[in-house]
Amino acid sequence: MDRRAAVQTLLDARDGALVVTGLGSPSYDVHAAGDRHDNYYLWGAMGGAALVGLGLAQAQPDKRVMVITGDGEQLMAFGALATISVARPNNLDIIVLDNQHYGETGMQTSHTGRGIALDKVAAATGFSDTAELRTQEEVDALAERLRQPAEGPRLFVLKIKAENLPRSLPPRDAAYVKNRFRAHLDLVTC
Amino acid sequence: MVAAEKLSRTEAHVRDLATDWPVALYETLKSSGVGHMSYVPDAGHATLIKLFGGDPDVVANMLTTEEEGVAIAAGAWLGGKRSVLLMQSSGVGNCINMLSLPVQARFPLLMLVTMRGEWAEFNPWQVPMGQATQASLEAIGITVLRAETGADLVETVEQAATMAYEADQQVAVLIGQRLLGKKKW
Repeated sequence: MDRRAAVQTLLDARDGALVVTGLGSPSYDVHAAGDRHDNYYLWGAMGGAALVGLGLAQAQPDKRVMVITGDGEQLMAFGALATISVARPNNLDIIVLDNQHYGETGMQTSHTGRGIALDKVAAATGFSDTAELRTQEEVDALAERLRQPAEGPRLFVLKIKAENLPRSLPPRDAAYVKNRFRAHLDLVTC
Repeated sequence: MVAAEKLSRTEAHVRDLATDWPVALYETLKSSGVGHMSYVPDAGHATLIKLFGGDPDVVANMLTTEEEGVAIAAGAWLGGKRSVLLMQSSGVGNCINMLSLPVQARFPLLMLVTMRGEWAEFNPWQVPMGQATQASLEAIGITVLRAETGADLVETVEQAATMAYEADQQVAVLIGQRLLGKKKW
C-alpha cells in the first residue's frame, strides 16, 4: 500500500476531524496532503501522539480526532492503549501506518515485523473497532467507516510499503503550530 | 503570603490545613479552572484522586505510566481544557523525554509530585529517584517549587496554576514527604 495515497484518502474524508501526527514519516505524509491549522504535528515526544489525541478528544467531545502515527511510535506507547481504552472516548481514531520498520533511523525491523499485531492488541484492551488493512480499496472503505459513529476508541493498522519518500516538512516551531491550532478552535493564545 | 494568611484565617475555624490540605488543594484547582486530570496513584494523592474522580465536571484519566499524562495534558490544552497531573517522585524519571513536548511547545503544565525517599523513608529503592527529582525536572526545563506545610502548599499551587495556565509555563510542585507523613504498613 502507498502511504501517501492512503493518508490522502483519509484526510480527504476528514470532515472536520482534528488531526494529530506522530513524529517522522506520518507527519510528512499528513503535511504532504496539505498543511492545515487543524493539524498538530509532533516532531518528537515519541509515544505521545495517541495520548495527545486522547486529551484533545476529551477536551473537544463534539469533534472527531484522528491520530496518524507509525508502528514504532505506537509501540513505544503500548500501555497507552490500556489508558485510552479505559478512558473510552467515542471520538478518537488511531491510524497506525505500519511499514514494520524504523524508517527514520536506517530501516531496522520493528516488533510489528516480528509478529506483534497492534490491531489485535487494541482489540484485546477493548477498543470498539479494530482492523488490519492491506490494500487501498480497504482504505477507501475505511474512510466511509470512520464517518459512522463509534462506541469507543478505534484503531486501524495500515500495512504500507517500507520506503523513504521525499520529505514534506511541517513547521518545526511547536508553539506556532499549537497557537494556530487553538486559534482554529477559537481559543485564546498566550 | 497575604493570600495564605487570609486563607488560613478564614478557614481556620472549619479546616486545619496541616491535615486537610488535600481538600483545599481540590478547591484551589477547581477555582483555577482545572477540568481535567491524570494520575498514577500515590497514597499522598489519594484524597485528591477521590475528589476529582467523583466530580462529574472533571475528566479523570488513570495512567499506566506517568509520561502518558504529560502528552494528555498537552492534548487537553490544544482542545481548551486545563489539566493537572498527579504523580509520585519515582514517576518523574519516567517523564523526562515527554516533557520536551510542553517545554518546546510552551504548553501549560502543572504537575503535583508527592515526594518519596527524603523523610522517614523506610524503602531505600525510593531514595535515588527522590534525590534526583528536582535536578531532573530542572534539567529538562521545568520550574520547580516545593512546599513543606499544608498552608504553603495551597498557596504555592494557587500561584503555580496562574503561571501554568495564564503564562504558558511548565511547573512542578513538589510536596515534601515530611508533610505526607510516614507510610503506614
